[in-house]
Amino acid sequence: MSNTDFVLAVEDLTVSFDGFKAIDALNLYVNQGELRVIIGPNGAGKTTLLDLICGKTRASSGSIKFKNHEMTKLAEHKIVRSGIGRKFQTPSIYENLSVFKNLEVSFPRGRGVFGALAFKCSDDVKERVQSVATEIGLEGSLDMEAGLLSHGQKQWLEIGMLLMQDPELLMLDEPIAGMSAREREVTADLLKRICKNRSMIVIEHDMAFVAQIADKVTVMHQGKILAEGSMDKVQNDPKVIDVYLGH
Amino acid sequence: MISKLLSSLKTWIDQRGLNGFIILAILLAVVFPLAMDSFRLNLVGKYLTYGFVAIGLVMAWGYGGVLSLGQGVFFGLGGYAMAMFLKLEASDPISTKIQSTPGIPDFMDWNQITALPIWWEPFRHLPFALLAVLVVPTLLAFIISFAMFKRRVGGVYFAIITQAVALILTVLIIGQQGYTGGVNGITDLKTMLGWDTRTNSAKYILYFVTVALLLASIYGCQWIQKSKLGTLLLAMRDKEDRVRFSGYDVAMFKVFAFCLAAFLSAIGGALFTLQVGFMSASFVGIVPSIEMVIFAAVGGRMSLVGAVYGTLLVNFGKTYFSESFPDLWLFLMAALFIGVVMAFPDGLAGLWESHIKGWLARGRAALRKPKNPDAPPSQIVQPDADVMTMQEIGSPPLARSASGSPRVPSGAGMQVSGIQGQSA
Repeated sequence: MSNTDFVLAVEDLTVSFDGFKAIDALNLYVNQGELRVIIGPNGAGKTTLLDLICGKTRASSGSIKFKNHEMTKLAEHKIVRSGIGRKFQTPSIYENLSVFKNLEVSFPRGRGVFGALAFKCSDDVKERVQSVATEIGLEGSLDMEAGLLSHGQKQWLEIGMLLMQDPELLMLDEPIAGMSAREREVTADLLKRICKNRSMIVIEHDMAFVAQIADKVTVMHQGKILAEGSMDKVQNDPKVIDVYLGH
Repeated sequence: MISKLLSSLKTWIDQRGLNGFIILAILLAVVFPLAMDSFRLNLVGKYLTYGFVAIGLVMAWGYGGVLSLGQGVFFGLGGYAMAMFLKLEASDPISTKIQSTPGIPDFMDWNQITALPIWWEPFRHLPFALLAVLVVPTLLAFIISFAMFKRRVGGVYFAIITQAVALILTVLIIGQQGYTGGVNGITDLKTMLGWDTRTNSAKYILYFVTVALLLASIYGCQWIQKSKLGTLLLAMRDKEDRVRFSGYDVAMFKVFAFCLAAFLSAIGGALFTLQVGFMSASFVGIVPSIEMVIFAAVGGRMSLVGAVYGTLLVNFGKTYFSESFPDLWLFLMAALFIGVVMAFPDGLAGLWESHIKGWLARGRAALRKPKNPDAPPSQIVQPDADVMTMQEIGSPPLARSASGSPRVPSGAGMQVSGIQGQSA
């Protein structure tokens, strides 16, 4: 398959679980600096798609190219190291460690066994932790045990852990699930700020939130792409209304 | 001047959390040698060699979440490598002249072997034997764990596989009697480079060598625990996927933890051989391997120092009870293990942290403030900056958490009191 200018080029991607095609010959292209939102009814294959891109699930066929490098055969940690960050649906943070440690551990240095032994929390690491903590609004809670944060703050912390790695492609799975209206607003602002120098894929259900952040919306249905385009275009698409928005 | 020096020393110790380490060092290096006769001290020295296995288990099981029920394999391999050197030194042609083939270990002669096997030959040299003590068990651990963890085999399955390895090695050692000494093991070890290891003075020296190496190992492990690697091991136990998708090769960290445990066990095994004067298959199999896990569990699988106390306590108990009630000992041991795991999952060290430490601190505080005994020691804690931030950007009054239960504003205050509970 030819090289492209896209940050992420997913082509002909298929994965089947015992004959059931969770993703069926899917094509998806994400531009540099784009914030793409994927919507779709439950079971449409949204989370599976993210799993495939980050290597958690292996594709049956097809290709996933990130900056023109094939990702489908790489080990998970190598995919991460090439610049893809992934946030899980339920906040996935280290509950027993402090907020500071959570961020520090995510700093992309000393990733090998002996590198980790020799790793020093030098000033540049501390500075980075401090700036990321400010970005996600947790600068006052650095010493707090992460398990004691509120649900919304845990979500932000996980986003912060990804920001520590400064990924070129950031994938967020339902980042505002379980958040209050105020927290949603703060999160929307946060996402708009952090997408400035990277591409993002966000899975979300909340239409008001999607309209607020999305550059382009992709609607998935039964492992395929149903529609793609601006929020307005997608919302007025009769196929989309039929399977998703109309319900 | 001196008091100033002492107080700065004290803060240095406190900062590094070395209190427990220093108490253990004093107990092992000063109190025991002064209080015990050489027989009892040698016994403690023997127990401490199991201590190496126990602290290895703290690193692999407690920190890395890798439960091994086959540590006897590495203890045994380390011990056998040492025993092979000592046996060759003890089997010089003059003292073995009554054998049909003088100059080879006695058990080989009994098994009609007429020449030293080639793979025994390098064990004539102490540096090689010492290298083998450290490298062979670690390499085996690497091969086993790399094969398993790279395929995402873990948890109970891994534990069962280590058991199988322990069984296989036992069968191999017993079956290859001519090369390994079989059930009896390698016995009648006498000297190391001409130094008689059976004398009282040698036993004293070996005891102190064991203590020094054990303390050095604990110090090294504490250093690893405080490094990023230690943090990552803890993080892996909590959220393995998050670590993996933060760019870490999770399998290699588990491999490291397991190899470290094997390495430490092997040192213990070699010291065991030196102090006790023999090595046999009875330290390799399933039962001794599980006993070693019990030492770590009783002491506390998250505490290096605790694991050493656990080892000493269980072994003293074993010596005492198996002298008085030989038939009951195994049942007592099983009861001890089940009791500890059910009631105190963090072992003696956990008991110390949760009960005795707080009790001591309260007692000390009460002694210091005799004038107003009504005031509890840790009552005034200002709601600090954390709370402010949480209220500023955190949940507004009736935000719902993921589970859908209403989150009341006082939740923030409750969480802060939770933190106080942690630090008290």
